[in-house]
Amino acid sequence: MSDIVLHEDIPEELLSADAAAKAEIRTVEIDSHALNFGPQHPSAHGVLRLVLEMEGEVVARAIPHIGLLHRGTEKLIEYKTYPKALPYFDRLDYVSPMCEEQAFALATEKLLGIEIPDRAKWIRVMFAEMTRILNHILNLTSFGLDCGALTPALWGYEEREKLIEFYEAASGARFHANYFRPGGVARDLPAGLEERIAEWARDFPRWIDDLETLLTNNRIWKQRTVGIGVFTTEQALAWGFSGPCLRASGVPWDLRRAQPYDNYDKVTFNIPVTRQGDCYDRYLVRVAEMRESVKIVEQCLAQIKPGPVKIQDHKITPPPRREMKRSMEALIHHFKLFTEGYHVPPGATYTAVESPKGEFGVYLVADGSNRPYRCKIRPTGFAHLQAIDEMSRRHMLADAVAIIGSLDLVFGEIDR
Amino acid sequence: MAEPGTELMTKVSLARGALGSLAFALSTGVPGIHSAAIEDGELVVRTSRDRLLALMGLLRDDPRYACEQLMDLCGVDYPARAERFDVVYNLLSVTHNHRIRVIVTTDETNPVASVHHLWPCATWWERECYDMYGVLFSGQPDLRRILTDYGFEGHPLRKDFPLTGYVEMRYDEDRRQVVYEPVKLTQDFRNFDFESPWEGILTLPGDEKAHESRQGLKLPR
Repeated sequence: MSDIVLHEDIPEELLSADAAAKAEIRTVEIDSHALNFGPQHPSAHGVLRLVLEMEGEVVARAIPHIGLLHRGTEKLIEYKTYPKALPYFDRLDYVSPMCEEQAFALATEKLLGIEIPDRAKWIRVMFAEMTRILNHILNLTSFGLDCGALTPALWGYEEREKLIEFYEAASGARFHANYFRPGGVARDLPAGLEERIAEWARDFPRWIDDLETLLTNNRIWKQRTVGIGVFTTEQALAWGFSGPCLRASGVPWDLRRAQPYDNYDKVTFNIPVTRQGDCYDRYLVRVAEMRESVKIVEQCLAQIKPGPVKIQDHKITPPPRREMKRSMEALIHHFKLFTEGYHVPPGATYTAVESPKGEFGVYLVADGSNRPYRCKIRPTGFAHLQAIDEMSRRHMLADAVAIIGSLDLVFGEIDR
Repeated sequence: MAEPGTELMTKVSLARGALGSLAFALSTGVPGIHSAAIEDGELVVRTSRDRLLALMGLLRDDPRYACEQLMDLCGVDYPARAERFDVVYNLLSVTHNHRIRVIVTTDETNPVASVHHLWPCATWWERECYDMYGVLFSGQPDLRRILTDYGFEGHPLRKDFPLTGYVEMRYDEDRRQVVYEPVKLTQDFRNFDFESPWEGILTLPGDEKAHESRQGLKLPR
């Protein structure tokens, strides 16, 4: 390449005859060709098939093919009662399950017109923030892995394991929790969990410091991410960005602050915003968000009080197991709830939460029956992935990998 | 148009603050809007297909609305209606912190104007809506399927599309390739009817008069 450029700089008449002839021969026509990236590529973060039109090593066009993980969740939900529809949300964005549940639970509660008890709200906020950390650990460390940093991933899995244990203690499941239900949460926290979480929250910021010593000022990391995949504020807004990707482009927008749900209006936290809109900024925003999340968890622990964790209307939440053994009414309620579910009055709502990836919304249309008439899921990554053509244009192939890593894509959610 | 207007006024007075005044401004100041009202605390604007683009342009560019973001676009199917599909746009204004939902209706043949030149992210949402419902978008240069399989036929989220689909796919050991076959169910698909006569519906079929007298009210319609 460099030879050709050198010859182009010198006017032809100044070249000696044989050098001019050589330049003629050396002129290489760079053939553009398509490259299939994925769906089995490890840094495709799941089942992304990206058809890259290359000019040499430069990306001319990136065409994502999605839907390889399409399971028809929205159609299935139309055939399930409201309580049975909830577990599908865990399986959408399987890296941040509880935040997805929260969107559906809030939408259903809004249509039902119910207000959940205070303790349930604190538990939801606390676990939503732990979910955010869970998600960001996986994203940042695998992003590092994509760019050649192996150690963060090894350290990160250990930290994730601690959080997954809290999940398990509260809900009984490590990933697919089915914990945030319309009307509250499935059950109260077991004894001693709050102390364990407090202990973890005390130690965790040190892990973030460790992560930052590995990456933040790392020369290779900066070379791979600074100035890569720059998205301006206007672009980010027009392309429907939300969450850390939007904040990295300089928009101080966070649904937890702007349209608070559950108890987010009772906690104080900062919203990290950066201006460059490149991959490095998206990394910085997520790191800062983890620190804020720890603060929110600590505030939840300070303010949470004993009390009921679900509403006492047993048409919507199941009665306690002990009562079921004695009371006929409780038994009937239990049976009716898990076969028929509950009927949601007609109406429609678009309810969105700030999931770790950005705005995760549920457009729920109820027709008065016990099943959703329509449940449209607004996946966050769908909008982010769409912009990948715009973002990776004229970048090198390896930069496209960094961009995918920085967008935090999970295909369970994008493909639904 | 006097009657819906007065109805709207009462709705507006009931609604809280800024969204109510937006609904009022939209319903009085913009032509071609069927209704703009607060439903369940959310601003819903219903308009006709031919007025959609003008309205969307206004909602994005007018500083009173300033909807910079199209967060979601989806279809809803009501097979009993003459124009069976709703196309629902959920807009978000980051400046004013409000959401506006715009709904237009269409059917299988009449296209809806594409808004991809207003919000570039609309392309994929429109592709998805086309894929799932078969709603056509005019002016959309890239109206391909997006989520379903290559070569898929039908529009799976329509209410008349069966949950199990029509074809299933498996890997054929002998032919060493993926084959598509009609769906064979080992057990019939069970769809339970939960319309209980005791609480699901207020009026039993054929029992409307008794219900009316029991409740002491006239039934709507």
